[in-house]
Amino acid sequence: MKQSPDAPDRARRMILKGAAVCGVAGLGLADMTLLVQQALAADAKGWPAEAFKQKNEAGVLKALYGKTATASDKIDLDAPEIAENGAVVPIAVKSSLPKVTAIAILVPNNPYTLTAAYKIPEGTEAMVANRLKMAKTSKVIAVVESDGKLYATSKQVKVTVGGCGG
Amino acid sequence: MSTIRFRAVSSGDTTVVQSLIQHPMDSGFVKDKKTGKLIPPHHIEVLEFVHSGKTVFTALWGPAVSKNPYVKFAFKGAKKGDEIKVSWVDNEGQSDSLTAKIG
Repeated sequence: MKQSPDAPDRARRMILKGAAVCGVAGLGLADMTLLVQQALAADAKGWPAEAFKQKNEAGVLKALYGKTATASDKIDLDAPEIAENGAVVPIAVKSSLPKVTAIAILVPNNPYTLTAAYKIPEGTEAMVANRLKMAKTSKVIAVVESDGKLYATSKQVKVTVGGCGG
Repeated sequence: MSTIRFRAVSSGDTTVVQSLIQHPMDSGFVKDKKTGKLIPPHHIEVLEFVHSGKTVFTALWGPAVSKNPYVKFAFKGAKKGDEIKVSWVDNEGQSDSLTAKIG
């Protein structure tokens, strides 16, 4: 973190703000009921609701692609080592693997593991950049579907201020 | 005013597309400061880019995509002046679309 005369105070305010925003641990029964009601609302066509409910990598990959991933060094996952603001973490994925048809980005320490999934038709490059929320420090996993098989790589991202908020 | 801001630039055979969308992307885990109640999840679920009748990119988004989301991708086969249609639908059934030319 940058050192300036008001740095400790700024950090304190950010932590307070983070604490106010991140109510995940304190979800009450009423809140859970609200979430269940929301889950019953109609989803957009083609949106993989089941995959977005999963709370671990294996569950997401099974729901999305029906298979497991093997590690690959042909996936380039560009994510910051330290994210000062968990609400906006820039993450980019690209791959030199052949016949890429899908890219997914997973954050296992978020309330739900799957953050975004992309469909890559023929003619579209195996590349995507986006901005994601991270509740706390976590591994970020980039999954690429290439020629019908799944490959993955991961990187640890330290989150200074959680981004359950918007 | 459209919620979609969009820029596509062709260079050679490759077109790079960048888009910014105005959307709260509420996660469902944040409490309203005034009422103390959880703000229900409200996020884009599907974002699609279509070039000359063909879908060139589909984003499937959950509540952990940042507010006012940004996305960048690249595809082949388009040229300057071609049109791209961008459209999104969220979990409340709201939607928007925009057609713009590749620069």
